[in-house]
Amino acid sequence: MNKSAAPVSEGEIAEIIKQAKAQLKPVEIKGGGTRDGLGCPVKTATTLSLAKLNGITLYEPGALTLVAKAGTTLKAVEKTLRAKNQRLAFEPMDHRALYGTKGEPTIGGVVACNISGSRRIQGGACRDSLIGVRFVDGNGDILKNGGRVMKNVTGLDLVKLLCGSHGTLGVITEVAFKVLPAPEREATLAIANLNTSQAIDVLSAALGSPFEITGAAHLPHNKGGALTALRVEGFDSQVEYRLSRLRKGVAAGLETRIIKGSQHDKLWRSIRDVEPFKNTSRCVWRLSVKPGDAPAIQQQISTMFDAKYVFDWGGGLIWIEIDDIENARANEIRKILSNFGGHATLVRAPAKTRLKVPVFQPAAPGIAALSSSIRKKFDPVGILNPGRMVVREPA
Amino acid sequence: MSMIAMPTPDQKILDQRQEIISALQAALPAGRVIHDAAEIRAYECDALTAYRCPPLGVVLPATTQEVSAVMKVCHQLGVPVVPRGAGTSLAGGSLPTADSIILGTARLNATLEIDTANRFIRVQTGVTNLSVTGAVEADGFFYAPDPSSQLACAIAGNIAMNSGGAHCLKYGVTTNNLMGVKMVMADGEIVDIGGAHLDSEGYDILGLICGSEGQLGIVTEAILRILPKPEGARPVLIGYDSAETAGQCVAEIIKSGVLPVAIEYMDRLCIKVTDEFSGAGYPDVEALLIVEVEGSEAEIKEQLAKVVKIANKLKPVELRESASAQESALIWKGRKSAFGAIGQISDYMCLDGTVPVSQLPFVLRRISELSKKYKLEVANVFHAGDGNMHPLILYDANKPGDLETAEKFGAEVLRLCVEVGGCLTGEHGVGIEKRDLMGNQYSAADMEVQMNVKDCFDPGWLLNPSKVFPLEASEARRSGAAK
Repeated sequence: MNKSAAPVSEGEIAEIIKQAKAQLKPVEIKGGGTRDGLGCPVKTATTLSLAKLNGITLYEPGALTLVAKAGTTLKAVEKTLRAKNQRLAFEPMDHRALYGTKGEPTIGGVVACNISGSRRIQGGACRDSLIGVRFVDGNGDILKNGGRVMKNVTGLDLVKLLCGSHGTLGVITEVAFKVLPAPEREATLAIANLNTSQAIDVLSAALGSPFEITGAAHLPHNKGGALTALRVEGFDSQVEYRLSRLRKGVAAGLETRIIKGSQHDKLWRSIRDVEPFKNTSRCVWRLSVKPGDAPAIQQQISTMFDAKYVFDWGGGLIWIEIDDIENARANEIRKILSNFGGHATLVRAPAKTRLKVPVFQPAAPGIAALSSSIRKKFDPVGILNPGRMVVREPA
Repeated sequence: MSMIAMPTPDQKILDQRQEIISALQAALPAGRVIHDAAEIRAYECDALTAYRCPPLGVVLPATTQEVSAVMKVCHQLGVPVVPRGAGTSLAGGSLPTADSIILGTARLNATLEIDTANRFIRVQTGVTNLSVTGAVEADGFFYAPDPSSQLACAIAGNIAMNSGGAHCLKYGVTTNNLMGVKMVMADGEIVDIGGAHLDSEGYDILGLICGSEGQLGIVTEAILRILPKPEGARPVLIGYDSAETAGQCVAEIIKSGVLPVAIEYMDRLCIKVTDEFSGAGYPDVEALLIVEVEGSEAEIKEQLAKVVKIANKLKPVELRESASAQESALIWKGRKSAFGAIGQISDYMCLDGTVPVSQLPFVLRRISELSKKYKLEVANVFHAGDGNMHPLILYDANKPGDLETAEKFGAEVLRLCVEVGGCLTGEHGVGIEKRDLMGNQYSAADMEVQMNVKDCFDPGWLLNPSKVFPLEASEARRSGAAK
């Protein structure tokens, strides 16, 4: 029988974890439940929901600092920031389109999975904006690392370790961010009908320009022809200036148009959330690679099977949708990737596939051993989201 | 005697000195091991010169394999290893103990790969910070973290301390610009972490390593993110008659939505000394801000207009936009030579605590009160946009008791930084300097979990063991190491 606990305080969480440890009863940690399909499936008798541990504890716009309890919805955080013309620099992706889930993503979930979006290439990842965490480890100890100031090198940086650990090192209870001013305006230079190789060249040239590109994507299967998009931001005149320099520079001689306003917002939401792959049940891979390798990776895959692609981060992030549900073509994809370097995550697949196929890139032996020993230090009996990051954990 | 204690060296290791040196010589090509007493002296301290101790020996390997060979020998013989970049640490990060081997990165100085299309550079970690920008400048790129010591400091040390600089308000610190490393583990195993792609698969080990003060491994190669150079940049000088008003100006600028690349602060004493040293032409005011913006000419003008409007509302004593590239360079020369300039007039202790920006005026006022209490002068120069303070406490090393008074003063300032919501160190690292204050920021359990992580990388606690954690907290682990 599945029991669910929804504690309202850090102390209560510590008690629950202490009990779980004493009874050797693993818990699955839940934020908003919108990313349940991310990672290997976890089967536990108990679910620990962070939904009731919510609220923004501190917001100082003049210090670019926001602190919130883990169960605070992302929506609430973004609304608070928007009221002061600020934002999270890393533009967290919303997985609801890809998974068809409902509910509201929480800020703790965003941190636990190190979720970033298109702006990652310029504004950094979630882990780069995160400046402090409080968490309860697998012993039930309440711990903290980092703090609320953006420059802090006091002791080991466990903030980054916790970020992206998918709840396997601790129950994150509070998170602190460096936030940034929101720009007055954003706009996109769209280029039509490039093949992947041409597109990556243009994106790369733009990212090497001083115009602070905050989005660099290529959509080969766009309705009406392939679309290559460069996003610029700033105050009004700055955006105009940057668009015109890009148009005359890296996009000279190409078929271009400017996308603004709600069309612009819609386009980047669609790229960030990989909407081209929504409403299907096909498997989806997420590859992080050296941007210049993207065309060759696509080429090698295409010799083996059919797939659809979305390229973000100037080619450094490749989303791949494929038909084979059974094995998700894991062997082929990881084999090809091993020719280049980088990592591949199976982001969408049925639970039975994710129990069979390593969801996250298998680490080199030395790193795998390190990771496993770190996990044992934080969660000695393995009660926190067991099996989430590796299919079979060493006993 | 000074206050920061180092553990008693292990007599067994001291007795084995000749054997250890011979083993290192056998494992390395000729000329890599320094063991002559006079030559070793050059490595007895870093930039925290109040603390000195000659090491057992010094090795200067030139390749990752040589570093691995050193670590294997030291691991086998149980010898502590203190990694050292260029030795510019202000926190005593590379202070040796008599029973330790200094592993210096001076010969690891090759640039291995420059890839502007994919925006990264791969270097051996002994290269200096400034030489990284130097290697990509002609292609229109730069490496963003810019500690004041950038002419001398090594990337190895930048990674160890997660160094910052004046421009990190916009570009972040080392950890935000580090994409991958090649690292030699305590037992000599070589691992690769990260690469030319973004973000980690699995746990963020790279994030752990950056800022780990040489306690987790020896980073021999680094893949660093390089950025396209902005079209231009220009600073404006804004002088106020009080720290409060300057602090308010900083907060107002940030709230307005302009994100300058740097907002630097200097107080009267610092202004006077650096101006005399550099000829920067700073005005004589209580509090001086250097605010720099970047972009095209039009972009610079528009941003500066916004900054100036905000600054003028608060009635500055002086407001001056840089009129030329030369003037801009001079303004920065003054700021970047601040430590050196103060060093010419006095011995000083440089603190590095960070406070929430809103607490800056309060903390500055308290520092000036403490200055009276301890009867030691303080010059303040710091990164105001991110609250990373650098109070320089002036003292006389030749006057008995002065260093101890300065250290007590410093400790009180750092405790204050933590009390108001900040931290002990923003970019210099804990080293030995702030080691014994860690308990003010972290609980015993918070430190225990950090030491647990070190256990995973270095079970024998041989890597820079007497740093970061208070000696009594790390005692059990270190004494295990001595066996």
